[in-house]
Amino acid sequence: MESRDSGAAKHLVIPGDVITSGSEMSAGVGTLLRNDELIATRVGHVKENANTVSVEPLNTNYMPRSGDLIIGYVKSMKSNVWFLDVAGPFDAILPMSLAPWKVEFGTVRKYIDIGEAVLARVQEVDETHSVVCTMKGVGLRKLDSGYIDEVPPHIVEILNGQHSNVVQSLKEKSGCRIIVCENGRIWVDGETDAIPFVQEAIEMIREISNMRFTWGDLENMITSHRN
Amino acid sequence: MGGYGDVQLLRDDGLRLDGRKVDELRDIEIEAGILPVADGSAKVTWGKNVAVAAVYGPMEAHPRKISREDRAILDVRYNMAPFSTSDRIRPGFNRRSREISKVTAEAFESVVQVELYPRAKIRVEIEILCAEAGTRCVGITAASVALADAGIPMKDMLVSVAAGKVNDIVVLDLDKAEDNYGQADLPVGILPNTGEIAFLQMDGDLSPDEYNLAMEYNFKAAKEIHALQVDALRNRNTGGDS
Repeated sequence: MESRDSGAAKHLVIPGDVITSGSEMSAGVGTLLRNDELIATRVGHVKENANTVSVEPLNTNYMPRSGDLIIGYVKSMKSNVWFLDVAGPFDAILPMSLAPWKVEFGTVRKYIDIGEAVLARVQEVDETHSVVCTMKGVGLRKLDSGYIDEVPPHIVEILNGQHSNVVQSLKEKSGCRIIVCENGRIWVDGETDAIPFVQEAIEMIREISNMRFTWGDLENMITSHRN
Repeated sequence: MGGYGDVQLLRDDGLRLDGRKVDELRDIEIEAGILPVADGSAKVTWGKNVAVAAVYGPMEAHPRKISREDRAILDVRYNMAPFSTSDRIRPGFNRRSREISKVTAEAFESVVQVELYPRAKIRVEIEILCAEAGTRCVGITAASVALADAGIPMKDMLVSVAAGKVNDIVVLDLDKAEDNYGQADLPVGILPNTGEIAFLQMDGDLSPDEYNLAMEYNFKAAKEIHALQVDALRNRNTGGDS
């Protein structure tokens, strides 16, 4: 399958592969500099950008960064804080002071209970990867309608970047409200009849990461859809 | 070791009982991404050995006391299925599987970039479905592919292979009879691109010359196995059409 948007053939690397040796390029994400040689540390495609070589991984776990928009599920709580599962290596904390309501000590459960989903933003990530989330901000709220799907997080970066038109046209075609979050979770809300079409599109997005479809296929599928 | 020196393990023509040359591996097949639920997975068929490895994570380390502030910990569990040998193996951890889990975890700690995920845990499960000898090498080779498939950053792949001595001759990749009645066994974990050694064990006795020859066989075999690992990961990520 030839991908429409990949100009040159993509160069797939395996951990330990030498990408370049003795060049001036600096080591980016997914690479390692060892005795003048740039080594890949992940399975993925080599990407060169402004004098930096990095590996765009084919499979990743979400790593929270401050400012990320995320969907988290409440996993547990204490009197003044919620613990959110954000699909990353660590649970994030959402203190009651950063919730959009005036929460009194000991009453957190009245506002968000275990298993419920919230749209939040990562406020802070420290060196030891402790993650603090906030719900203070435009549009941040508890999600109590619609449904949530998941795609691999590295796809989201592409989806929000060079393929942002895909989400836009999906919204227009389906009439659904769609929020794509950095941790790979996607919230969809709209007419019941329109949801299966969005689900199908999300399924294709997942398959793109397995190289079963291309972005072109997805665009065709969306544009050929009639409602 | 040593008490079985009179068992004939080499044929008169210099080949081994199964017809292999002294420096020849058993047939190896590697497949990546076989378990849809796992973050990364691999299956290795090596002679009559079959091993499946699954990787989950990085994830929160529980209980808290096992986590480290400066790096991720590797939680490796090597297990032989009860049906993996003709004698049924009692399910659960035993002395041997605990040892192999520990050496495997320590080998991978020098390969995986654990410092990128402080406080986290990476779970590696190795299940031996069918055992013929050399299962720790099969398990490590499978786990390495599974880790790469899971997108865990690593300095290099890790290949594991064993050489040994039977009837006073150094041979590569011992099979069941050679492992049981041979004189020595030398499993190593090799980083194929740099030639560094991540783990090494020895059972039995080897002279310095024999040791050097065994390591020479191991390094040569590591290159071959590495090529198979790379092929498996490439096939997985190109849908098998290149």
